[in-house]
Amino acid sequence: MRAFDYIRAGDTAQAVREGAGQETRFIAGGTNLLDLMKLEVMAPERIVDITRLDLGGIEETQDGGLRIGALVTNSDLAADARVRRGWPVLSRALLAGASGQLRNKATTGGNLLQRTRCYYFYDRGEPCNKREPGSGCAAMGGTNRILAILGTSEHCIATHPSDMAVAMRALGARVEVEGQDGTREIALDAFYRLPADTPHIETVLAPGELITAVILPAPAGGRQIYRKVRDRSSYAFALVSVAAVVEVENGRIAKAQLAFGGLGPMPWRDAKVEKALVGEAPSPALFDRAADILLAEARGHGGNDFKIPLTRRTLAAVLSQATEAAA
Amino acid sequence: MSLETTRQLKHDTPDHDRRLDGMAQGVLGTDMDRPEGPLKVSGRATYAAESRPEGMAHGYLVRAATIGRITGSNAEAIRAMPGVLHVLEDERMIRNAAQGMAGQSPVQKQGQSWYVGQPVACVVAETFEQARHAAQAMMVTIEPDGTHVFDAEAEGAEIDTPEKKQVSQGDLDSAMAQAAFSIDHDYHTPSMSSAAMEPHASIAQWDDEGRVTLRGSYQLLRFNKNELADVLGVAPDKVRILSPYVGGGFGSKLGLAPEAVAAALAAQALGRPVRVVLHRRQVFETVTRRSETKQRIRLACDADGKLTGIGHENLVSQLPGEVFSEPVAQGTHFQYAAPNRVVGHNIARIRRSAAGSVRAPGEAVGVTAFEIAVDELAKSAGIDPLEFRLRNVPDKHPENGKPFSSSTMEATLREGARRFGWQHSQPRQRREGEWWIGTGMAGAVRVNMMIEAHARVVLTGTGARVECDMTDIGTGSYAILTQVAAEMLGFAPAQVETVLGDTDLPPASGSGGSFGAASTSTAVYLACMELRERLAAKIGVKETELTLKDGVATHENRQTPLAEVLGDEEWRALGHLKPGRAGREVRQATWGAIFAEVAVSDVTGETRVRRMDGTFAAGRILNLKTARSQCHGGMIWGIGLALTEALEHDPRDGHMVNRDLAEYHLPVNLDVPQLGVHFIEERDDWANPLQAKGIGELSICGAGAAVVNAIENACGVRVRRLPATLDQVMEGLIAQG
Amino acid sequence: MQLQLDVNGERHALDLDPRTSLLDALRDHLGLTGSKKGCDHGQCGACTVIVEGRRINSCLTLACMHEGDEITTVEGLGAPDDLSPLQRAFVEHDGYQCGYCTPGQICSATAMLGEIEKGWPSNVTEDLEAQVEASIEEISERMSGNLCRCSCYPGIVDAIRQVAKEEAGA
Repeated sequence: MRAFDYIRAGDTAQAVREGAGQETRFIAGGTNLLDLMKLEVMAPERIVDITRLDLGGIEETQDGGLRIGALVTNSDLAADARVRRGWPVLSRALLAGASGQLRNKATTGGNLLQRTRCYYFYDRGEPCNKREPGSGCAAMGGTNRILAILGTSEHCIATHPSDMAVAMRALGARVEVEGQDGTREIALDAFYRLPADTPHIETVLAPGELITAVILPAPAGGRQIYRKVRDRSSYAFALVSVAAVVEVENGRIAKAQLAFGGLGPMPWRDAKVEKALVGEAPSPALFDRAADILLAEARGHGGNDFKIPLTRRTLAAVLSQATEAAA
Repeated sequence: MSLETTRQLKHDTPDHDRRLDGMAQGVLGTDMDRPEGPLKVSGRATYAAESRPEGMAHGYLVRAATIGRITGSNAEAIRAMPGVLHVLEDERMIRNAAQGMAGQSPVQKQGQSWYVGQPVACVVAETFEQARHAAQAMMVTIEPDGTHVFDAEAEGAEIDTPEKKQVSQGDLDSAMAQAAFSIDHDYHTPSMSSAAMEPHASIAQWDDEGRVTLRGSYQLLRFNKNELADVLGVAPDKVRILSPYVGGGFGSKLGLAPEAVAAALAAQALGRPVRVVLHRRQVFETVTRRSETKQRIRLACDADGKLTGIGHENLVSQLPGEVFSEPVAQGTHFQYAAPNRVVGHNIARIRRSAAGSVRAPGEAVGVTAFEIAVDELAKSAGIDPLEFRLRNVPDKHPENGKPFSSSTMEATLREGARRFGWQHSQPRQRREGEWWIGTGMAGAVRVNMMIEAHARVVLTGTGARVECDMTDIGTGSYAILTQVAAEMLGFAPAQVETVLGDTDLPPASGSGGSFGAASTSTAVYLACMELRERLAAKIGVKETELTLKDGVATHENRQTPLAEVLGDEEWRALGHLKPGRAGREVRQATWGAIFAEVAVSDVTGETRVRRMDGTFAAGRILNLKTARSQCHGGMIWGIGLALTEALEHDPRDGHMVNRDLAEYHLPVNLDVPQLGVHFIEERDDWANPLQAKGIGELSICGAGAAVVNAIENACGVRVRRLPATLDQVMEGLIAQG
Repeated sequence: MQLQLDVNGERHALDLDPRTSLLDALRDHLGLTGSKKGCDHGQCGACTVIVEGRRINSCLTLACMHEGDEITTVEGLGAPDDLSPLQRAFVEHDGYQCGYCTPGQICSATAMLGEIEKGWPSNVTEDLEAQVEASIEEISERMSGNLCRCSCYPGIVDAIRQVAKEEAGA
């Protein structure tokens, strides 16, 4: 870990000002940043501690949604009675992630900004375009069982590791950020960037911009399911996960909001899939068609080819569960 | 202090006296709590990295990212970094941990990087943070030295086929051709890590007399002492190793590891104590792993399910220059009877990190694959796999005709089946929602070994002290050695203190190969027997007529407190066990049977173990509680082997890709149901005067097969490449339609 | 940098490299070696301590971020001659072998029982809005952030269940 200057921010304005400096990172939970700094995969020269800022708390918004402070921990968010009642898919996703200890530390803002779990990203002995732009991608032709099948480029096949963000994407969350030019809101749909030829740039955040909150729209209703498929029953990253908010009315799917983890460089959502489902009567054939659309562009890299059928089967099971009881 | 007398046993013959059964204290074999328990649960037991000698500096190892000749480094720049005291690039650094019981220096660096991940330097600084950063900044220049092979099955892999390790009896090919039923499959087990929770750590400190004291985390101190002395080029009496608490070993701490050498060399160079702790990623790479295996298993049987032929031909991997190779067929030689037999052992010399002993080397993977194969043959013969095994219990060693010291295979199978409620069933019969439910079973077997051991027992009028360099790596040494001495000398366990983990004490067996408990307990037993003789002589009775209980000697209805017999004296006796013919004239082994129930998702192929029971026989059980925990451990390792654990090696340079605990998946708490463990009471007179055998490894030798067989019974998918990850099972489900 | 840490009811003044993790501060600077370093990356749970009543991985946080926080380590839960109920239960049920992950297990379990008491759901909770019970499955899931390579999970679960029952009965 490289030596750094430690700055404890007293207010958001100071944090944003300090955060705009060269080679500077915000730290809150620190569960991913320090993990990477210890390996010098990330090596900031300055650390701005934002844990003392007034960014905690979960408030109800005027339209019946929730404004979740960036520093709200994953534990508190998962256990919040309003979230459990109105946005259960979010509780479920949070509880499926990491461990009790990590959820007590990890924050809402930080969770969105987790870096990939790609083996080669974590290994300074190996080329990685995300860690060191232009050095190459060792995951291609390497061990890529856990890596992405959608949205990849020849430069990067990393996945986004978050569970929480998958549920938030299914729920249509927005991210509130504060920068030197003021505050703005970004739909989670527009928050992440595909790797293309700049895999080291993962979001649309400008340098120094600080996530201050995540805003959930009013409860989506319907059946809410988060299903995570992984290599052991707990404390493991998703191979594939599906967040689903599905409503059936009069035997037809009235609403389908679906997002996927483990498939792409960002929590994955595909409007075409949802469009194909809405208005239709649930059936295995329909679910299969949805999977066809979702996976039309999917590409395996050898070790992760299995994710294609696994996604198809998991999606079908989730849709079947979401539609059968309510039908 | 009185003189120390020695009692030696050269273990040539069985001991039918069973003296322990006649002792009166009643503490041996109970479920006594570990005496060191309160220290461990309150965080007061101190492990290798946990002392802070005055002036201690911190070292951090530097890793080779490629293979080849080391031609230079930026050491000069590193020396100029904040806090850096020393950059160690010594040729005496070792490239990987020593093999178990080597007793001499492991392969040294010699200007080479043999495998990706090898430690090639050590940076020492005033603080841990400075050392870590400087080590990360250090760059070693490595010139490629040709092309290498990274996969045992790849073309061009150099294969050793040691003649001594091949067996051929009868005519297996004919047996296969004439068999009523036969199977011939390849099974694969992955490269695996011990992953003990405590990373290797050493604190080295030299004194003015040129003697080094190393606080380390090791299993076999008397060997480790010689290994370190050999590396440093000093006499063994110039080395003291302390390992009072060892945070897990499982083979990974059998041999001296790179951090100990680096700490000792750096401490010598700097003239101050140096601590080197391996980062978890370095533990994965520089400490020996379990080799991946490819096992071709051929089995033939007649119409009644009697085995007529057994073939077990294996391929393992190893780094050039290492003597160990995973003894995959160790159990196959004697587990089942069959007249026609082939055992093959092949070692591919490839450039993955060194392989070595990991919990139950040989049987852990060999019996597991073999017990899957047996399940497959039983299935094709249409016979209940339990019944199939019962029909093939050997009555003597099938290869060399030697008798078994005890044979409990049938008893464990029958009792295990009864306890589990085993019922043979066809695959794909039970379903709960999307989950297929099935059961599976496997036999377990592990060779039993004894090795040389010394132990001192010091007797006073009010208690006793056991002293030796034995280690407790979680196995329960503190508990059982306390119990043996308490039982023999008639004290409450609280009156007995057991001091371990110091090479200045008599050299015990150390912990490994399940030989520790029986070997060192025997040394303690011998020392106690010596003390009993001296007590009897002083009191004036025959030793066999002496009853010792609660600090009082009873003899011919007279009672004499030991305090009266000894007064202020301290009597010392040394027990010395030397293995002998008893280990060669018979086949000593431990046996068991494991039963499992699993649920397999028809959607994803995920497997959950719902129920698992093990029934074991391992001679006298010295402590019910610690023995049960050891069996839990092995069974859970079996779950890991069956379902989750695999080191992935990059196909292009062999490096370990998933070398951390997030991506190398040990089973977690939720992966494990509340297990059942049962022991069959046994006395194996051939084993030793305690009639006790090793229990630390038996339960892993087959447990994974029970799970894999249960998967097949649940959903019809047979997995032959472990672990049975969900993708493999799912693909099998898809293939079934 | 100069800072103060409040550990087990005592205030300590320290001069630390800002890079020092809370775990290293406890182990190497305060001599509180009960908290263990198993992976240093939040992947094993051996370093679990309780900060402001919550269990966290002390390896993945900087000491300097915890000024003013109330920190409890395993040493603060009990001493060899004065063990906490969970510590006693771990001994009785042999919920440990080598002992290295044990302090983390016990700190984790101590705080985890509080989480159940607060009604926090887990990934295995059927109904997110119902009362949570300290069942085998709930305990196992909630303790899955603490690896044990000796694999004492059955004993760990038994020990925790016993204490949960005792507390429920009290």
